[in-house]
Amino acid sequence: MMADDEILTQLSIFVNNEPGRLAAVAGILKECGVNMKACNLAESNEFGILRAIVDDPDDAYERIKSKGLIVRKTDIVGISIDNVPGSLFEAADVLGKAGINIDYGYAYASKDREGLFIRVDDPMKAAEVLKSAGIDIIRRSEI
Amino acid sequence: MGYRNEEIETMPREELQRMQLSLLQRQVRTMYDASAVFRGRMDEAGLTPDDITGFEEFRKVPFMSKADLRDFYPDHLFVKPYEELVRVHVSSGTTGLATVVGYTKKDLEDWSECLARGMVSFGMSDKDMLQNFHGYGLFTGGLGVHYGAERIGATVLPIGTGNTDRQIRMMLDLPVTAVAGTPSYMFHIADVCESRGIDMRRDTKVRLAIAGGEPWSDSMRRKLQDRTGMRVHNCYGASELYGPCFLECREQCGAHVWADYCYMEILDRDGNPCADGEEGEMVVTMLQKEAFPLIRYRIGDVTSLTWERCACGRTHPRMGRITGRADDMLIVRGVNVFPSQIESVIGEFAFLSPFYHITLTNEDYMDEMVVSIEVEERHLTDDMIRMAEMKRQVEDRLKSVLNIKTAVKLELPGALARYEGKAQHVTDNRSYE
Ligand SMILES: [Zn+2]
Repeated sequence: MMADDEILTQLSIFVNNEPGRLAAVAGILKECGVNMKACNLAESNEFGILRAIVDDPDDAYERIKSKGLIVRKTDIVGISIDNVPGSLFEAADVLGKAGINIDYGYAYASKDREGLFIRVDDPMKAAEVLKSAGIDIIRRSEI
Repeated sequence: MGYRNEEIETMPREELQRMQLSLLQRQVRTMYDASAVFRGRMDEAGLTPDDITGFEEFRKVPFMSKADLRDFYPDHLFVKPYEELVRVHVSSGTTGLATVVGYTKKDLEDWSECLARGMVSFGMSDKDMLQNFHGYGLFTGGLGVHYGAERIGATVLPIGTGNTDRQIRMMLDLPVTAVAGTPSYMFHIADVCESRGIDMRRDTKVRLAIAGGEPWSDSMRRKLQDRTGMRVHNCYGASELYGPCFLECREQCGAHVWADYCYMEILDRDGNPCADGEEGEMVVTMLQKEAFPLIRYRIGDVTSLTWERCACGRTHPRMGRITGRADDMLIVRGVNVFPSQIESVIGEFAFLSPFYHITLTNEDYMDEMVVSIEVEERHLTDDMIRMAEMKRQVEDRLKSVLNIKTAVKLELPGALARYEGKAQHVTDNRSYE
């Protein structure tokens, strides 16, 4: 399998901190027919960022952009976390020992998988490290 | 309550104005002879000192402005050599915008005399002890008030700014009867006293106050007086004049502008004199200054002036409160801030766009400035830690340029309002109620 498939594309949509602004953005996503698989909302004093894993991110990116929203593509890695106690610890430990920093992460669950999407400084290396430690990663084709 | 100099302070208006005119003529002549800059401007206007035969002719004399102080930084407008100078003060601001002011021995005496008259006019005397909250050093507030009070024989406690615990300890332990400082600091002292169960009326002897250095209002004065039992007198000044200069008398109805030291014009937008009591731009000519004379200096403050006879018996005119600025300068915590300074800092960072907005508030009369700036779209990042770092860099740089703490709010591209004409860069929500 190509390494490409191991790196997932997240869309980061920047949202002004104004009342009703998130609802407006959600409305635009709906209008664009964007189907979110997982998402996370980060806020700062300045503005919010809606991070989303969607079907066909490249196409969604173009459609969202054409609506005038500010959107970025970000490479992230998906770690499969079985319903086994300690599996998150194991994954984090492996990355930590390899000197890879996790900037943020958020959970993902579908009918047959549970996982964690993480943003790291070097996603390719993270995927390699996880795989060689025997930890399952979530591939693009699996979402 | 006596006078410091009854003859001058109660001189009829006509005589005062005659004195003003002859002092004006003398200052114009002195400057014309001593300053190439001033002579050049007079020549350009086709004027010689002999043409200044009255106040109306004097209005043809070209203005001086803050830009002159910048252009002739640091001391090229001084007309006395350093041998004759006994002190130099430097106003707050960045290096490029700092104002350097020199004083001869007579200048210091005249400055002290202005304040001494004012202090006597609201009842201070040699029986008072003045605790001076104003900062000592390059700032004119500390030493100015200090010398004025010593001149009337009052006892000065030169404690300077800050250290509220110690300030309150001194008020409790020593027979302090008067204080001088910024109104916001006096409110702070009142807050701390209240939180500790200290009643200034009961536990201290402080009854008089000199407040200035920042905008404030009569309703703030009422609150401060109610809370502390002090009679609070407004003070006006600026380093270009000498420093703090003019004080309100016991009537508290505007600071007396000593007509033998200062000729104050209030002009409308077309440069014509405003009617008595009408608001306009203040233009100042200092009539006795030796080292650094100011002729028709546009200080930028908006106020009014009235010659209406004061109930205290003094004939010198009184100025109203400062209600605004004629230029775009902001005064934040007593520090002069020009939007152009903020613009130049923004220009230093590639990740910032030129769109910005300044918001001023003053909870508990303490000024807060927030600068909202849009980030360049290509520099926006999903990395919050990086965004926080960008914000911190801009805040640090603003602090070092402006000399005051400034909060930065990074905004998304397009978040700030766009203007078709002149951009509105400032929202001033400060209230002095
Ligand atoms: Zn008076």
